[in-house]
Amino acid sequence: MAAEVSVPARRRGTRAGAAARLDRVDIWFGGFHAVAEVSLDVAPGEFVCLLGPSGCGKSTLLSTLAGFLVPSSGAVTVDGAPVAGPGPDLGMVFQSSEALFDWQSVRRNVTFGPRMRGVGRAEQAAIADEYLGLVGLRHCADKLPDQLSGGMRQRVQIARVLANQPRVLLMDEPFGALDAQTRLVMQREMDRIRAATGCTVVFVTHDIGEAITLADRVLVMTAGPAARIKSVYPVELARPRDETSAGFLTLQRRLRQDIGDEVRAALRDQGLDQGEPA
Amino acid sequence: MSLTADPVAPPARAPIRRDGGRAALVSVASVLLGLAVWQLLAARFGPALLASPMQTLTAAVELAKDGTLFDSVLASARRIVIGWGLGLLVGVPVGLVMGRMRLVRTLLDPYIEFFRFIPPVAFVTLAVVWFGIGESSKVVLIFYTSVFIVTLNTVAGVLAVSESKLRAAASLGAGRWQTLRHVVLPATVPHVVTGARLAMGNSFLTIVSAEIVAAQVGLGALIWTSRNYGRIDWVFVGIITLGLLGFVFDRVLRIVARRLLGRYGVKL
Repeated sequence: MAAEVSVPARRRGTRAGAAARLDRVDIWFGGFHAVAEVSLDVAPGEFVCLLGPSGCGKSTLLSTLAGFLVPSSGAVTVDGAPVAGPGPDLGMVFQSSEALFDWQSVRRNVTFGPRMRGVGRAEQAAIADEYLGLVGLRHCADKLPDQLSGGMRQRVQIARVLANQPRVLLMDEPFGALDAQTRLVMQREMDRIRAATGCTVVFVTHDIGEAITLADRVLVMTAGPAARIKSVYPVELARPRDETSAGFLTLQRRLRQDIGDEVRAALRDQGLDQGEPA
Repeated sequence: MSLTADPVAPPARAPIRRDGGRAALVSVASVLLGLAVWQLLAARFGPALLASPMQTLTAAVELAKDGTLFDSVLASARRIVIGWGLGLLVGVPVGLVMGRMRLVRTLLDPYIEFFRFIPPVAFVTLAVVWFGIGESSKVVLIFYTSVFIVTLNTVAGVLAVSESKLRAAASLGAGRWQTLRHVVLPATVPHVVTGARLAMGNSFLTIVSAEIVAAQVGLGALIWTSRNYGRIDWVFVGIITLGLLGFVFDRVLRIVARRLLGRYGVKL
């Protein structure tokens, strides 16, 4: 099986990742203050994880970066240019594989972006081959998404986005719906794919281990409303990361403590707090 | 690294139906029972009110011999196919645009909500006055009865397209038109097929009233003229042929939709 994974050949000229920047981004939904003045600088090629309790506005922030949402105030820029709306430079991998086009083969899903740009057939075939190879799914090219397992469907989503050679890859809890074993495999895969493409990644998750495994930097968000970035943890551990190493465990403990405060705050907000566990 | 962690799920396959033969048997038995009840009722009320199965069959043979039956079926089927087809041709694009553009939806909604409660039979007189006694007035009525239901189902389908698919299309670089053509339309196919089937049913309900006035041929015309001749048995032939024709049309529609549109999630 391993033979099927293509070496990260850069023959298509993978484009280097771009710098992404949020500058005092404020987001209101009617009277609800979702995100309060978040500023964030992501360096070219950096892998950043947004970590926080569910409902804290992580996905909202990501949607803003992707151009799906316009912030109430503040600026979103990629390599200095303001984000005017969604587009192929900002690739989005969604949590649900519902985002795949079920009526198209895996291959046609992957070549969707190039096809919309009017890329020729031969070129499309080469693109499909390359990116399906990158995620190890060449043998599934002619299947429909429904015929694949959850982990494979997420790999199709990743290949489909990468086929556009995005400058920034945005991932909204992409492995959140997978079982624990598959998630581990996917995290390793992600590490490899990221190394192969060199694109900038902003990755939303509520899984602490996942964040430490993948990120160069972990940003912890406060519980909403009016969510902001609470703390920043650089992860200076050698890749691939060993979740049993001392450094990993120390960081995990610190993050757990940090997040725990926010989760308790969120639960208090929902009236679910059962008294403070030590 | 192993990439075999998540094996290919087996393709979804319909479970083997062990009761297939039995179901067919039950259907046949049901039809036979219905015929028996019909026969009993006919014997009880007499041929002036109710033609028996045998009398109906004889009348059908009589009508088939002089070509009336075949011509009637052909004329009605033609009107239904053309009117229904036009209904699809107009209803699907209108529904797509309505579903995607709130302004158009708001503009057209009152009309659709108004007209869909007015049965085609109410328009028979107007149709003849406006479109003459030829084919057009009948086709227009079938079109009328098809177009709203197709439109409404298409709109519902468009509104049901998942937000993540639309966002995915936008972030993969699809423009508005490309999204409509390559994402919204295919994702809406199951709803369109449902609308088309309902519209087909409506068309059969409408064809008889469409042929009330000044139709020379057609199953509806056959039923109406038979009344003038006092031929209850011919009326029965018309009604039963209409039912059979509708059954055949729906079957064909289902098979064609399943064969051609299966990958769009059409399950019939």
